[in-house]
Amino acid sequence: MQVGLTSYLIVAALLFCLGLYGVLTRRNAVAILMGIELMLNAANINLVAFNRFVAPAAVAGQVFALVIITLAACEAAVGLALVMAAYRSLETIQVDEINLMKW
Amino acid sequence: MIEIAIVAVKSALLLFILLTACAYMTLLERRLLGKFQVRYGPNRVGPFGLLQPLADGLKLVFKESFMPAHVDVIVYWLAPAISMVTALFVYAVIPFGPEVMLFGQRVPLRLADVNVGILLVLATSSVGVYGIILGGWSSNNKYSLLGSLRSSAQLISYELALGLAVISVVLTAGSLSLVSIVEAQRRVWFVALQPLGFLIFLIAAVAETNRAPFDLPEAEQELIAGYQTEYGGFKFAMFYIGEYVAIVTMSALLTTLFWGGWWGPVLPGPVWFVLKTLAFVFVFIWLRATLPRVRHDQLMALGWKVLIPLGLLNLVVTAVIVVLRGT
Amino acid sequence: MGELAAFMILSLVTLIPAVVVVTSSNIVRAALSLVPTFLGVTGLYVMLQAEFVAGIQVLIYAGAITVLILFVIMLTEGGTGVRTRQLNDQVPLGAMAAVWLAFVLIVIFTRTGWPTAAGVLPAYNVVAVGNAFLSDYVLIFEVTSVVLLVSLVGAIVIARRED
Repeated sequence: MQVGLTSYLIVAALLFCLGLYGVLTRRNAVAILMGIELMLNAANINLVAFNRFVAPAAVAGQVFALVIITLAACEAAVGLALVMAAYRSLETIQVDEINLMKW
Repeated sequence: MIEIAIVAVKSALLLFILLTACAYMTLLERRLLGKFQVRYGPNRVGPFGLLQPLADGLKLVFKESFMPAHVDVIVYWLAPAISMVTALFVYAVIPFGPEVMLFGQRVPLRLADVNVGILLVLATSSVGVYGIILGGWSSNNKYSLLGSLRSSAQLISYELALGLAVISVVLTAGSLSLVSIVEAQRRVWFVALQPLGFLIFLIAAVAETNRAPFDLPEAEQELIAGYQTEYGGFKFAMFYIGEYVAIVTMSALLTTLFWGGWWGPVLPGPVWFVLKTLAFVFVFIWLRATLPRVRHDQLMALGWKVLIPLGLLNLVVTAVIVVLRGT
Repeated sequence: MGELAAFMILSLVTLIPAVVVVTSSNIVRAALSLVPTFLGVTGLYVMLQAEFVAGIQVLIYAGAITVLILFVIMLTEGGTGVRTRQLNDQVPLGAMAAVWLAFVLIVIFTRTGWPTAAGVLPAYNVVAVGNAFLSDYVLIFEVTSVVLLVSLVGAIVIARRED
């Protein structure tokens, strides 16, 4: 049996929903970033799968996947730098304890 | 079917040769260090101490497999295995020689010719970092953790310099496949075209393998033995094999990328490959005997303020020359 | 048959550690589980004949981002990873949202007739990707490099100690 486009899309959808669950339920800022990475990976699977099955002659999907990987690296670097800065001034990285701006 | 058999035989043979070579590298290193320091080195077990690695191996295997209190058991076991397996995995794509005729079959002297070979090498070595980080974290020991944090900072920093040097080579050869890179050096070895790239790669390779003068992750005088502190017996042996295989890997990569791989006059290709690789192994040991350890801030400054700018410069110059020659 | 088996194994290698990532109460274990997830996704890329993306995926995600995450965890949580409660009060709500979204997405994916084109990828697609980046997508390429530079500088400025 041939593995079709739909199978890849379903795996990506499950991965995306796991990432979403992580982002919604975690207290630790680093764990939220991990959830976001899962969601970005799911998007990448979709792009590469569409590239392979819908428009094999062009490589647009792979190009966009590479761009997303680059941006994910940027996002991780800045996000983790923010976490470090927050830890240094507030001594916690649990996002529900970082509530100085809330009243 | 016959292809699968050939690949299986080649893999088994390669694994055997590599592990033996690593065992004897420890002997070579200790003997050479002895010579450098005007003493004998181990020469009691067997003629010229040739059975010393066997004795060491037996000792490590039969040692009690202890485990410190409160370790993360799965991770504690996984770390040395990752270290060893990633180091061995790289050999899947390194070409040892051209195709030869054996028993009427055309047998290429490599396991696989992947068209993104060099990328696979870099990716594997970047996964190898986990062996060290996990070993340090799971041991539940602050010296181990400090060693592993130092090491991950060091490896990530020098991976960039390593990658920049590799990209220059890839631009010169016009391919990511290691086989094509060696083929492209038929007339001129890349060390002549990329002398700066070679130097950057050599320094970064020493740092990547955690060897002196960049052996901060396991600096005995400061951190006992860094991430290896809480490891003993067979698990320690796996870390050790990983470290020595990594040295052979880096030597083989230096040979493949800069010194023409299997090309050379008179002698057959694989012999040249082994000779060149051994020469670089000797360089690694020589460096250890000669240079004192650098401080951590010096290490980081060298990586980020010297090697990476130089690597970028080398890359830009290479790219311009390649474009100008192409038109 | 072999393709289907490979796909099933890779999907499980991707999804089971992903469950650990979002549910484990030990934050270091969660971060470590990212590695098999990313490697599973790499396998899927190889099955989709995107070798270059696969290589970059291992290099960047498994090799750099996860190491960075582990680094930050060890510097902030004291390396223990079990000190505090990791989940907030939104667990039922989050689970409902995730399950509902998964259901909707899967229904949509299976009911849509995707216009698949029969064709083959360029044989050595590293060259094709490189050409695409420097011809049709050169603007994206440049903007991405600027973003990369800005985030590099930004990360250093934010993370640096004020002294």
